[in-house]
Amino acid sequence: MALKMVKGSIDRMFDKNLQDLVRGIRNHKEDEAKYISQCIDEIKQELKQDNIAVKANAVCKLTYLQMLGYDISWAAFNIIEVMSASKFTFKRIGYLAASQCFHEGTDVIMLTTNQIRKDLSSPNQYDTGVALTGLSCFVTPDLARDLANDIMTLMSHTKPYIRKKAVLIMYKVFLKYPESLRPAFPRLKEKLEDPDPGVQSAAVNVICELARRNPKNYLSLAPLFFKLMTSSTNNWVLIKIIKLFGALTPLEPRLGKKLIEPLTNLIHRNADWNLCFCVAVLISLSSGMPNHSASIQLCVQKLRILIEDSDQNLKYLGLLAMSKILKTHPKSVQSHKDLILQCLDDKDESIRLRALDLLYGMVSKKNLMEIVKKLMIHVDKAEGTTYRDELLTKIIDICSQSNYQYITNFEWYISILVELTRLEGTRHGHLIAAQMLDVAIRVKAIRKFAVSQMAMLLDNAHLIASNTQRNGICEVLYAAAWICGEFSEHLEEANQTLEAMLRPKVTTLPGHIQAVYVQNMVKLYASILQQKEQSGEKEAAQEITQLMIERLPQFVQSADLEVQERASCILQLIKYVQKLQVKEVPVAEEVIALFAGELNPVAPKAQKKVPVPEGLDLDAWINEPPSDSESEDEKPKTIFHEEEQRHSRHRQPEIDEEELARRREARKQEQANNPFYIKSSPSPQKRYQDTPGVEHIPVVQIDLSVPLKVPGMPMSDQYVKLEEERRHKQKLEKDKKKKKQKKEKRGKHHRHNSLHTESEEDIAPAHHVDIITEEMPENALPSDEDDKDPNDPYKALDIDLDKPLADSEKLPVQRHRNVETLKSPDAEVPLEEKKSKKPKKKEKKHKEKERDKGKKKEKEKKVVEEEEEEGKKVILQDLQYFISCSSCHHSEEEPPQSVQNGTLDDDYRLLAENPYIKMTYDIQGNLQNDSQVTVSVIFENKSTSFLKSMELNVLDSLNTKMLRPEGSSVHDGIPVPFQLPPGISNEAQFVFTLQSIVMAQKLKGTLSFIVKNDEGSTHEKLDFKLHFSCASYLITTPCYSDAFAKLLESGDLHMSSIKVDGISISFQHLLAKICFHHHFSVVERVDSCASMYSRSIQGHHVCLLVKKGENSVSIDGKCNDSTLLSNLLDEMKETLSKC
Amino acid sequence: MQFMLLFSRQGKLRLQKWYVPLSDKEKKKITRELVQTVLARKPKMCSFLEWRDLKIVYKRYASLYFCCAIEDQDNELITLEIIHRYVELLDKYFGSVCELDIIFNFEKAYFILDEFLLGGEVQETSKKNVLKAIEQADLLQEVKTHRIKYETIVFSL
Repeated sequence: MALKMVKGSIDRMFDKNLQDLVRGIRNHKEDEAKYISQCIDEIKQELKQDNIAVKANAVCKLTYLQMLGYDISWAAFNIIEVMSASKFTFKRIGYLAASQCFHEGTDVIMLTTNQIRKDLSSPNQYDTGVALTGLSCFVTPDLARDLANDIMTLMSHTKPYIRKKAVLIMYKVFLKYPESLRPAFPRLKEKLEDPDPGVQSAAVNVICELARRNPKNYLSLAPLFFKLMTSSTNNWVLIKIIKLFGALTPLEPRLGKKLIEPLTNLIHRNADWNLCFCVAVLISLSSGMPNHSASIQLCVQKLRILIEDSDQNLKYLGLLAMSKILKTHPKSVQSHKDLILQCLDDKDESIRLRALDLLYGMVSKKNLMEIVKKLMIHVDKAEGTTYRDELLTKIIDICSQSNYQYITNFEWYISILVELTRLEGTRHGHLIAAQMLDVAIRVKAIRKFAVSQMAMLLDNAHLIASNTQRNGICEVLYAAAWICGEFSEHLEEANQTLEAMLRPKVTTLPGHIQAVYVQNMVKLYASILQQKEQSGEKEAAQEITQLMIERLPQFVQSADLEVQERASCILQLIKYVQKLQVKEVPVAEEVIALFAGELNPVAPKAQKKVPVPEGLDLDAWINEPPSDSESEDEKPKTIFHEEEQRHSRHRQPEIDEEELARRREARKQEQANNPFYIKSSPSPQKRYQDTPGVEHIPVVQIDLSVPLKVPGMPMSDQYVKLEEERRHKQKLEKDKKKKKQKKEKRGKHHRHNSLHTESEEDIAPAHHVDIITEEMPENALPSDEDDKDPNDPYKALDIDLDKPLADSEKLPVQRHRNVETLKSPDAEVPLEEKKSKKPKKKEKKHKEKERDKGKKKEKEKKVVEEEEEEGKKVILQDLQYFISCSSCHHSEEEPPQSVQNGTLDDDYRLLAENPYIKMTYDIQGNLQNDSQVTVSVIFENKSTSFLKSMELNVLDSLNTKMLRPEGSSVHDGIPVPFQLPPGISNEAQFVFTLQSIVMAQKLKGTLSFIVKNDEGSTHEKLDFKLHFSCASYLITTPCYSDAFAKLLESGDLHMSSIKVDGISISFQHLLAKICFHHHFSVVERVDSCASMYSRSIQGHHVCLLVKKGENSVSIDGKCNDSTLLSNLLDEMKETLSKC
Repeated sequence: MQFMLLFSRQGKLRLQKWYVPLSDKEKKKITRELVQTVLARKPKMCSFLEWRDLKIVYKRYASLYFCCAIEDQDNELITLEIIHRYVELLDKYFGSVCELDIIFNFEKAYFILDEFLLGGEVQETSKKNVLKAIEQADLLQEVKTHRIKYETIVFSL
């Protein structure tokens, strides 16, 4: 034994260590591969030895080689050996090697479970740490299931070093083993308030990542995170929290309202651009309300500064943030169009791509042509195919967005598409093709023009298809051929096009394009035939038949099955036609009948939306499922199918369930993508008309030496000019009309005219454009669920976390073999431990019940369900409370009980009500303007009639006036900018200006509206009184205790106090009420005494000291203005006396 | 964060850390592609690029490129900060770090990274704590790692 040891250590002296290996590799630059294979042989020898040190050294070297790209998976078992070494030195190397090269496919990984469990419970924290680090890299679903409980125990380890690692790794565990999320979540939540900042930030990290994927389950944590946000000074944590709120605000718009303030503080205070950036993004997300426009404006301005910066990183991020704001506030970004277009010239591709993204959202009817023109110039200039391809897709995206909303002239668009076909080496030929098809099918008015253009493309096909490099673009020929064939009635020179399609060069095109050629040349042929027969040119008709018969055989010989089949079929048909022609039988009608019927586009999800008829069970077997052996036999066949299907679209009659399902799926997709998918009953009428031509487009013989431009193609630029002229004309005409109108209607409707601004809608399309809407099956289901990716790993984590835990959800605890884990008592009962008290109670109750009423299971089930519901409600109420109450910092751990009767649920007060309509309102001070308040009124239609032409008018007082549009008199009402269908409510805002705010105000007003129902329409009125309380002039402003103390010391404030008796609610509630109804925030709270602060829109400071005695509350107030203070206190007295 | 790569100006990989499970083949392909794209960029260009559905954040320190892949919603600037923080850590640990330090002590570079990031998330924001943990773990190692005199190696190259 001793000898062996000695021998081992002597061997080691001669072994290469890592440094020797690295040096060796560097010295053998010429024959590196040979040297390394020699080293690997040595390593294999070393691994065979018993000495663990030698093994560890070998594994260390292997890890290095793995980085160089050599396969070391054969040493997986040796790595596990080194991992299980008792000495930390070796263990560390073992785990490193494992984390670098193990993955889910490594089969020996399951051997590590017990070793890892042992290391996790090691008394040495670094052993545990190294095991956790390693595990984070190679955790598999099995490992996650087996070790979840151990890791959860470690989350409460005494050492923060272990705690933070355990918390972080839980995220990986959740991903691999989603069932662990619910049992582990309470403890995770608890870690948000861990005394160690590292652990706390780890918990924030994990919850943020979880919430980002499934935000709705984490809404209830908003108050906790809000508290963290206002208290944390760690920028890393802050950014994570802001990111989390970014995910939450879209779900709860009111949250955004709350966040604005602390976030604006951050953006002002923090010079750190990083944070600024975050905040900007969030504000943009959180803004559902119009009075945000100021902060959005601020953001956009700051972003402009970023984009103009010379630092490329800032420029990039500025553009990125801009694009986020664009989604919610397109108007405010659009004014920076110049800047964005400038960025397109940037040398850096990343920046150009970002700018492109932005352009997508910035186009309007007015500027589309201009923007696209600029992009086309860039396409010409662009170097590098990836960027050019990106430009191409963007141009198409921009033009086709929201159903071609911004295109006024489709001729222009078609010529843009045709111009794009000149692009060399693009991969996106199919995109252009799809657009051509879509436009030609859906815009009837453009068909004639499109057909002439496509004929031109077909004629010049050799340009497009000649260069093998450009084969991506030849896809457009597919579209061209189809359009020319399908709409051949618009074709001027059908003969010429047919000849172009029959050229021998066509056979070099890809099979699927040739197939379309063959099919569509028959359509062409049919229409030519008809034309000739009608005009009595029998010889010409026979000539064309002869031409077909001569040229078709080249397709019959095609290697592509589809082409071959179609061609031979058609050849026979035409030969038959020829026979008839010789006998002088008119055939055109019959031939053309082959293609009768109009193709309508089908909506993408039409098939899916067909409701399943009653009595049809789609899951039932039509035939008994084939036995296993059978399906095995058929396997080679199905493989064959698959391959063949890709090449041609034959339908194979064999029935194989699996195959069928797959095919059904494929077919569905194909149909979804295929605009020509025909509905079952084709309409029999198809009109064939000869339409007057497009003769002004000259067809010039092409000079092959200059292949870049397709001659004879109209340039899209000319459309831009034309369009400008047209718009100019339109405008002139409109101006004339306006003048006339003005003359006629001077006086009466003056105000309406002044409100009227020239909007986008004023630009009329160049010619009548009817976009055919895509067809939906009759009685289609309205549901429009977006298909979610079933493979999304985060979907599994979409788990309701507020429901109390059921026993069945406990994490599996391994009991056999490993005794150590059971030693810690935590491992046994980690699930009952909960910080949030309510669910705990529920859990306990639940348990007791289970014991007591074991038999009455059904009844109990109901109870549990009810309790779950209740638990949820409580949480929701907490959230509600948090959102509605101002930013008071609760020092208590327990979330406050929500107030009875849900008085805090709704911050809107009733304004007036009648059988038709109900109005509720809320008044808010305006931060930007010290003499304005905004009144938000919610109008709710209670009737079954349609309410329209609503107009709100208020009788102004000397002090308070409603802000009306310029030019209107004080007696004019303000129209409510919407109509209300039955049962619908909507919110409108009205701004009021005030001079003095020290007194409460009441304004009388009237809402007039028209009620429209089946019997006709009637005029109705509703009077109301708008109450401006003094509290509505206050703006919740947080204040720090030191600032508060200074304020009180300054002695500039007047004092007053009140006392209210008979208060029964808790102090917590009381404060919440004051915060909520009177817009105060809590500065500090000590026992039953609290200081509160608020500020008026005109800058009055209001300080309160609230003391609670038994059944009574006394409030001492200090304020710059004594009248304001006494009025405020009176209002408060009223609120409190209701308690 | 999905992964972090360190490579030299010559395109040689110096360190790789993957936080998503991928096969070796895929890792190699990604590495090759990214090294090419990043090296092709000019020094004045911004540190971000979009690649597949990921965002790549990279920064060059002397002859080494540090390159991270993050997801769409992640913050680019904070990733730059992470890279910088890691470089600072290496610098503190090795004492003005150079590429050779990372080549010859590549396992140490990994250990430092593992103390700083875990599973792709920042684990410890305090530099002091990271270094303390590494030092204490090093103390546990009975064999003292002898730092090699690089001068001689550099000389011999």
